Amino acid sequence: MTETELLLWVRGPALQIATVIFVLGIVVRIAGILMLGRKKNLAEARGSAVAGGLRTILSRSIPDPGTLQRSTFNVVAGYIFHIGLFITILLFAPHILLIEDVFGVSWPALPTPIVDATTVVTIIALLAVLIHRLRHPVMRFLSGFQDYLVWLVTILPLVTGYLAFHRVGIAPPPTLLAIHILSVELLMVVFPFTKLMHTFSLFMARYYNGAISGYKGVKS
Amino acid sequence: MSASLQRGLNAFKEQIDAPVAAFFSSCVRCGLCANACLFYTETGDPKYTPIYKLEPLRRVWRQEYTFWGRLAKAVGLSKAVTDEELGDWEELVYDSCTMCGRCSMVCPVGNDITYMIRKMREGMAVAGHAPVGLVGATKRAVEIGSPMGVKLPALQAQIRHTETEFGLEIPVDKEGADYLLLLSSMEIMNFPEFIGAVAKIFKHAGVSWTISSEAFEATNSGIQIGVSEIAAELVQRIVTAAEKLKVKSVISPECGHAYMAIRWEGPNLIGRPYSFKVVHILELLDQLRAEGRLQTTGKESQRLTYHDPCQVSRRGGVVDQPRNLLNMVAEDFVEMPETGTMNWCCGAGGGVSSNERADEIRLKAFNRKKQQLDAIHPQAIVSACSNCRIHLEDGLEEYGMDMPVISLTETIAEHLAEDKS
Amino acid sequence: MSKDETLGEALRRQGITRRGFLKFCAATASMMALPPSMVPAIAAALEKAMRPSVIWLSFQECTGCTESLTRSHSPTVEGLIFDTISLDYHHTLQAASGSAAEAAREAAMEENYGKYILVVDGSIPTANPGYSTIAGISNKSMLLDTAKGAAAIVAVGTCAAYGGIPKAKPNPTGAVAVSDLIKDKPIINVSGCPPIPVVITGVLAHFLTFGTIPELDALGRPKAYYGQSIHDRCYRRPFYDKGLFANTFDDEGAKKGWCLYKLGCKGPTTYNACATTKWNEGTSFPIEAGHPCLGCSEPDFWDGGGFYKALSMPTEDITRAAVYAVGAGAAAGVALGAMNRAKKARAVKTHEKVTINDLEKGADDD
Repeated sequence: MTETELLLWVRGPALQIATVIFVLGIVVRIAGILMLGRKKNLAEARGSAVAGGLRTILSRSIPDPGTLQRSTFNVVAGYIFHIGLFITILLFAPHILLIEDVFGVSWPALPTPIVDATTVVTIIALLAVLIHRLRHPVMRFLSGFQDYLVWLVTILPLVTGYLAFHRVGIAPPPTLLAIHILSVELLMVVFPFTKLMHTFSLFMARYYNGAISGYKGVKS
Repeated sequence: MSASLQRGLNAFKEQIDAPVAAFFSSCVRCGLCANACLFYTETGDPKYTPIYKLEPLRRVWRQEYTFWGRLAKAVGLSKAVTDEELGDWEELVYDSCTMCGRCSMVCPVGNDITYMIRKMREGMAVAGHAPVGLVGATKRAVEIGSPMGVKLPALQAQIRHTETEFGLEIPVDKEGADYLLLLSSMEIMNFPEFIGAVAKIFKHAGVSWTISSEAFEATNSGIQIGVSEIAAELVQRIVTAAEKLKVKSVISPECGHAYMAIRWEGPNLIGRPYSFKVVHILELLDQLRAEGRLQTTGKESQRLTYHDPCQVSRRGGVVDQPRNLLNMVAEDFVEMPETGTMNWCCGAGGGVSSNERADEIRLKAFNRKKQQLDAIHPQAIVSACSNCRIHLEDGLEEYGMDMPVISLTETIAEHLAEDKS
Repeated sequence: MSKDETLGEALRRQGITRRGFLKFCAATASMMALPPSMVPAIAAALEKAMRPSVIWLSFQECTGCTESLTRSHSPTVEGLIFDTISLDYHHTLQAASGSAAEAAREAAMEENYGKYILVVDGSIPTANPGYSTIAGISNKSMLLDTAKGAAAIVAVGTCAAYGGIPKAKPNPTGAVAVSDLIKDKPIINVSGCPPIPVVITGVLAHFLTFGTIPELDALGRPKAYYGQSIHDRCYRRPFYDKGLFANTFDDEGAKKGWCLYKLGCKGPTTYNACATTKWNEGTSFPIEAGHPCLGCSEPDFWDGGGFYKALSMPTEDITRAAVYAVGAGAAAGVALGAMNRAKKARAVKTHEKVTINDLEKGADDD
């Protein structure tokens, strides 16, 4: 397989396979969650469940002051790498083109040096998060194989993307690009079967949480 | 018939619903919930991380309701939850969780961990892994009518005593009254002044009310131990009495979980909406205040703080009312550093106080409340839950702190304006 | 032209001044990334070099590579260098044809056996020898035959280097590159469609100067010319970095000369000297003319997923795949959901009423 063939394969059939697994897996998971259903609440409502649910979807993005104070590293590092992922994935011109090609929507890109710097910051944040996971008693205690696997498949696209962008000479650039796309495809394939699902399911989780509280007139 | 692992796991399967699936799907093992839980912060032991307390339930969800879990189970790749594991988890699910709901407020992905603990207890109880103390309380609640074994004559004695002391009539079984007052055993046994306080306020405000001789107990061990049928039976007693007396509303007294049981879980337990309303005593008092029917005089000069009972405020939604009321009678009302819906639990709710085995850890966890109090140095703590009050007193004594814990309703009663009647 | 004439003599005879010659040497040195101190050495070596014998074989090609060399503007040094080599066989340019031409090739091979340079343009069909023949000889057998006595082979153009357009899908002739058939000779790939003239002559100059082949990259190309990507040397690169792109060929961005990445420019994955050497005596190159790079110096450039499709875009229909996946996922999800619901319903049915007598394990349970 030549470099161009590899690149074509990852941009074509491999991306199709990854997309099918990614989309199918996510839809199955979401349908599986929703179809378990929940009972109607017969108690007299004090507030709106829907309003509470929608509110919590947004409000849970901001930590309460006590948590920020007690878990400062978790919160700050978490913010950095999530925002970093958002910027590197969604505000890099070549990525926007891909999205435009698939979904037909597009938006302005950030200058590449900013995305580049963000990538470095995000990689550092993810490394710090890993060290924290290995050192913090609670996180180490809770962590299993999946948590480390998910960390790996998340950082790989960032690292390979950085190498491809800077044409670091460990492989010819088309191969670097192919490896980068492959690493994203790995992420997509792993996605529906791991905690990466929280990207989508957290909207449901936050909604349910907010709705349970909102019904009782509590802002959660 | 008796408790068994099989019944426990079956209950897990029954209890898992869309929210539970969404919650387990979303957990990223960030560990933030640990720092929201006083049993973790005061012990530093990672096993008290709230989400970890649900591990057996999570495994049942995965094995029974997810594609890969079902597959792994079918080919024998995943181990079933064992009776021994449930035994190991008993301490985590009952002794070191008060279902205070603080972790549910903090989880960044929005998991309502408390909601799941409540469901998990349904399985734990029928698997025979509920604490002995809580089983005993539940049996007494069903057989005697009160978890503390309080019977009607005891109440009648307290009513007579109160009537004599205050010179007020306490209406019992008065059909057609607007409000039916419930009481917790603790109020009857430890804080009978509460009955007098309510009588005084209601006379002052002209509230038509009564107590039922058939259903006066507000507490509900069923929702603490996690047996819906028992909880429903206890709720049904109240519903029957309220409908028999044709009251418009039922008043939940100063008790956290009683409010949760009768106000929020009740209709769902008995499977139908009520024909009456349920209000917490503080809700009613604040309503009277708003209507101008509650006139007070003089103010407490000492520095007061308010301890939010978890089931009343965070899980119950009565947050602003106590503050409105306190501002009527307190000159120097200070909030604790984290307050309202983010208040720290006293450490004894959710059945922990009925479980003698948990005495050591609940007192250890009280250190969290001590730190909160140390930040503002109040001269007295006001609260609206008898269980909180008893444990606060217990904790204060343990830590050598000297401050009274008083009832908000009683404080209001002490400041009622005399001229209006 | 006499065969005994040196290159220097031939150039001077044709009116190329010493100054012009040195300029060429300096340009060659700089393109090969040699220090300026090497210029006199190059000049001296080239001056003395005997006109080498060159056999040029054209197979499945379009003659664009030959055009690129011969149609360059006015007499250039690189053009004249070519005039001064002993081009003993080039069936497009030579007067003879048929068996007479083949006789000339065989004579040149015999006379310079082991020393001549074999230049090939065009790919070689392998599906059927009859697809491309010269004087009844199939391209493949002519290549194998001629390669035997060659000192080195220069595969000129992407077709000879990597199969090029004839090899594009579905490759009906079974076209292959020179390097697919010849494994025992040094092969220098001078890719491009066509290659830059000065790159071809530069490679020859290197061979004449040093008697060795230049340092090659992983794709067999001289690093001196193919060491950097178009993207890295592109004058429009700052626009890429700022996120300023032409979205169409006639929008404001295009008029302002912004980056052509979105219009499918393959600069980032294309290695060639276009952005520095440029074409038509340094006049311009495709991107400067407002057109994205096609990536013509790379293998399989014709099948690279579309000339006007940005590199990061998928080459297959992902939208449709995603839509099908949503459909299949919904069906599978509903099926799983139904199974879950049935399981839960069974659990509810199995549930036996719990009383206070069910909260402890029976004695016979253990």
